[in-house]
Amino acid sequence: MSNLVRDKKDTDFFSSLKESPSTDEFIKGLWRDNPVFVQVLGMCPVLAVSNTAENALAMGLATAFVLLMSNLLVSSLRNFIPKQVRIASYILIIATFVTITDYAIQAISVELHKSLGAFISLIVVNCLILSRAESFASKNNIGRSMLDALGMGVGFIFALFCLGAVREVLGNGTIFGFSLFPEAFQEWIVMILPAGGFFTLAAWLLIFNIIQKKGSKT
Amino acid sequence: MNLNKTQQNPANTSANSFSMLRAMVGIGILCALMIVLTYEGTFGRIEQLKAEALEKAIFRVIPGIVKSSAFQLDPDGNFVEASEENTTPMIYAGYDENDRLVGVAVEASGQGYADILRILYGYDPESQKIIGFYVLESKETPGLGDKIEKDPNFLANFEALDLSLNDDRSAVKNRVIPVKKGAKENAWEVEGITGATISSRAIGNIIGESTDYWVPVIYKNKEKLMLNSEE
Repeated sequence: MSNLVRDKKDTDFFSSLKESPSTDEFIKGLWRDNPVFVQVLGMCPVLAVSNTAENALAMGLATAFVLLMSNLLVSSLRNFIPKQVRIASYILIIATFVTITDYAIQAISVELHKSLGAFISLIVVNCLILSRAESFASKNNIGRSMLDALGMGVGFIFALFCLGAVREVLGNGTIFGFSLFPEAFQEWIVMILPAGGFFTLAAWLLIFNIIQKKGSKT
Repeated sequence: MNLNKTQQNPANTSANSFSMLRAMVGIGILCALMIVLTYEGTFGRIEQLKAEALEKAIFRVIPGIVKSSAFQLDPDGNFVEASEENTTPMIYAGYDENDRLVGVAVEASGQGYADILRILYGYDPESQKIIGFYVLESKETPGLGDKIEKDPNFLANFEALDLSLNDDRSAVKNRVIPVKKGAKENAWEVEGITGATISSRAIGNIIGESTDYWVPVIYKNKEKLMLNSEE
């Protein structure tokens, strides 16, 4: 029975390969299926650590790395993992790469590790990564899975940076720590608090939807 | 029909459980191996970075020093140079270029608003004052509680916080206490921050508690912390 399903998927996979060139796997994560602005996945770190552009970039990079590596491993082990234990296996793989990232960030900068705090460990339960493992990497070959992870990862970094930059400029009057406004600028403290994350995300979702609607009309 | 099913199932499940077991154990071993390798590979560098961060913090809380060394209390209550076997808390003595003892950095911790706050403060036994303050670890709310790290009015509290000892040198005369913003009247009070009330009060209390214990001990033993002038 499961063999039958797999055969069907494999033919789908070959026909889809003909239709869409593989660059599409990369592009779709950037724009059409952007993990934050379209799929609205992994909101916990998006809202929590996007209070400055630097934190947002670091968090985006860490997530993208975990996504890439876990997609690679899940995809290469996809015929080895039985269906019943797939979620447990994926979580194990993801948790491993999160731990590795945690050590790597500590080895790069203690300060950065301090400011990202508990959110590095929480990448384990970021539903974006599990969803890519479950819905893509477990069904596609290594090359396509890597491209998919790269696209989604870059899309995630891009989205986090959009939020982080807006929140830092309005909430702190700086970008990457450089002051933008004259001394008299009154910071909107609310923007670096969690509430500001919701406001900024809502504004970006609105802009994104308007652009996409316009695109689909023409 | 039913019988057939039950007869078929056991063979299927045992094959299945074997492949499940194989997958989980295999992935488990692979993951454990990767984690151990990363841990081993980064351990040295992480320790070094942490030590550097602490050193930087010590230089910050005792202005004007060029070197520092760590001390611990031995069982008799005397300061000895820090060693691996001794597990009592460390303090860090800082010296200027003439090897004169400028101050002592002490680590303290306590409950903040979000989590445990770890701070470092510099105490000058000569003038009996706190001369510097730095937050080592905090998870306080960005924009509100984290003002304790950068609010200039709050940090000014720790440029000369009075810690005079009483007449028989056994205890601090006036325990450091937190007060509301604008209510500071005495040199041993820590003026709070509007919008970071709980965090700034926590800092005042942490310092109060820590200095109650450490200041008499350090003052009594300050000769032991001085470098031998003949060296």
